Amino acid sequence: MNERYRPLAATATVFVALFVAGGLLYDNFFSTLVLGDILADNAFVIVAAIGTTFVIISGGIDLSIGSMIGFVGVVIANLDAAGWHPLVSAGMTLAFGAAFGALQGLVVDFCEIQPFIVTLAGLFLLRGACFMINLDSTPIRHPFVEAFAAASVPLPGGGFLASSAIVMFVALAAAIVVAHFTAFGADIYAIGGDRTSAALMGVPMRRTVVGAYAVGGLYSALGGVIYAFYTSSGYPLAGTGAELSAIASVVLGGTMLTGGVGLVAGTLIGGMILGLIATLINFNGSLNGAWIMVSSGALLFVFIVLQRTLIAPSRLRIGG
Amino acid sequence: MSALPQTKRSPRRVGVAARRIAWPALALALILAVDGLITPGFFSIRIVEGRLFGNLIDILYRAMPIAVVALGMSVVIGAKGVDLSVGSVVAIAGAVIAWRIHRGDPHLLILFWALGVGLLCGVWNGLLVAALDIQPIVATLILMTSGRGIGLMINLLYGGTDPSFSSPLLQFLSVGHLGLVPTRLVLGAVIFAGLWLLVRRTAFGMFVEAAGENARAAELSGVQARLVRFASYVVCGLCAAWAGVVLTADTHTSDPVSEGLYIELDAILAVVIGGGSLSGGRIYLGATVLGAVVIQALTTSILTSGLPPEYNLVVKAAVVIAVLLLQSKNARGLAFSLARGEKR
Repeated sequence: MNERYRPLAATATVFVALFVAGGLLYDNFFSTLVLGDILADNAFVIVAAIGTTFVIISGGIDLSIGSMIGFVGVVIANLDAAGWHPLVSAGMTLAFGAAFGALQGLVVDFCEIQPFIVTLAGLFLLRGACFMINLDSTPIRHPFVEAFAAASVPLPGGGFLASSAIVMFVALAAAIVVAHFTAFGADIYAIGGDRTSAALMGVPMRRTVVGAYAVGGLYSALGGVIYAFYTSSGYPLAGTGAELSAIASVVLGGTMLTGGVGLVAGTLIGGMILGLIATLINFNGSLNGAWIMVSSGALLFVFIVLQRTLIAPSRLRIGG
Repeated sequence: MSALPQTKRSPRRVGVAARRIAWPALALALILAVDGLITPGFFSIRIVEGRLFGNLIDILYRAMPIAVVALGMSVVIGAKGVDLSVGSVVAIAGAVIAWRIHRGDPHLLILFWALGVGLLCGVWNGLLVAALDIQPIVATLILMTSGRGIGLMINLLYGGTDPSFSSPLLQFLSVGHLGLVPTRLVLGAVIFAGLWLLVRRTAFGMFVEAAGENARAAELSGVQARLVRFASYVVCGLCAAWAGVVLTADTHTSDPVSEGLYIELDAILAVVIGGGSLSGGRIYLGATVLGAVVIQALTTSILTSGLPPEYNLVVKAAVVIAVLLLQSKNARGLAFSLARGEKR
């Protein structure tokens, strides 16, 4: 098998193993109903994580995801109260997300400040902006949103593919095309793999870095739109900690945080693994939220160690 | 070894050091100046009931846990690492304190429990980074993700229905006073002095900076870069555990979900405001403490200025961006050329 698909295969194996284990442990677990629920509940994080995959492959990081999700929801809810059509406000917030991401990328590249810190400022800024707009949850009562939240496609076996999951798959398909079949995608991999070589080969550095963060911002905003429509509300604390889940999804999906290595599709499975763990623990009933955190961490550990020792031993480097 | 620090402090380096500390100092001065204008008597320090009392003392008092975590972080960052798990370590240390108090241990022993847990967390992170060669952000993400869950599980060890406690010893260390001065400030100064001695008066600091600057070159010149990186995480874990002791004793309860939430971000920010680069190679202890004070001064001034607390995060972000842009050569160049009306 091609070496670049090995991490993806490993992630998929883990997902299937966990799903089968759940099916053996609990009645009614092994069904498209559970699978559909996992997709519906985690679509917003997975979409945001797909965008982050671009940033991470370019060698950066984006911590502003969770705040962007909250901010987008609050804006849509308030514009809804002011009489805007949700699709118009959604389009506006998507444009804002891309612009905000691009701005972060520009600061990272032009000012040569570590992406960690720049996007941390972005995290504070957007979350603070949520609180400045309003402190309480605001309902979105537009008929379109109600229809979106209720819409789904039946799956064989009694399950449903929710509208949010469908949006996620469309976004994923677009991301795969951009990452693997465009020059822009190749440039992102080149910069993340080796900055100096990429610059010497004539990769447009600033445009690519800014573009990667713009994709990250756009997808985070899309995650926020999905979350707002799915929950029919805008809540200033929505998406708190989503950046952590998103980054964990990317890592579980086989993308190296050092940049240059990874597949966008892996992020989908990484996110679904996290969702599956939460579902497994909820099925158990006697375990609580603490178990979700600990087992997610444990899985992250197992996976990272496996990745380090088995899959890519040639990439071991001193200094990390 | 005593000759080395002197050779490092050549006149040029002192100039660099002064310039480095100038930006955070300027930021702090600006924040305090605005405070002085908005709030009359902001700078007054009185003695109330035999204790120092005033806004400036309050800023230092509240900045102390962040500063201690940031000191540990500055060592890790100096070794070209980062520790995202400090908030979780604070939560775990807090949970262990509450657990052992409910078990009836002597309170002095509980201090060692808390520090021991911090040490253990540091060893865990250090092993992942140094022995398994896992990238620091990823390695410490593991404990960051699971640490608060571990804290919640520790609370369940004794039923977990009421994780509150009272402990005169711990409360003396956290909210008590030693004469005029809050105890935590005295202890913070002791920790700072201890770390300063370790970093600047032993070879440890130089080894850390060498390993952070260029791990290969350090290895080739006989520095055990792995061991040094490992040790940096242990130091950071201990510092985070001490912040956990102070914060937990302050609230009299173990709350793993929210205790020390975002402290890793504040701590990293403090290091960066203090001029430390995440690409490693330098430890600036004094400037890091200054960075932590800047962050807390900002928070305190938003609260005292009468702005709604909702503005806290936005103003914080704005100041962070301003400080970072000031530190960036390119941004300064652009600003100067714009000011002179030149086209770029």
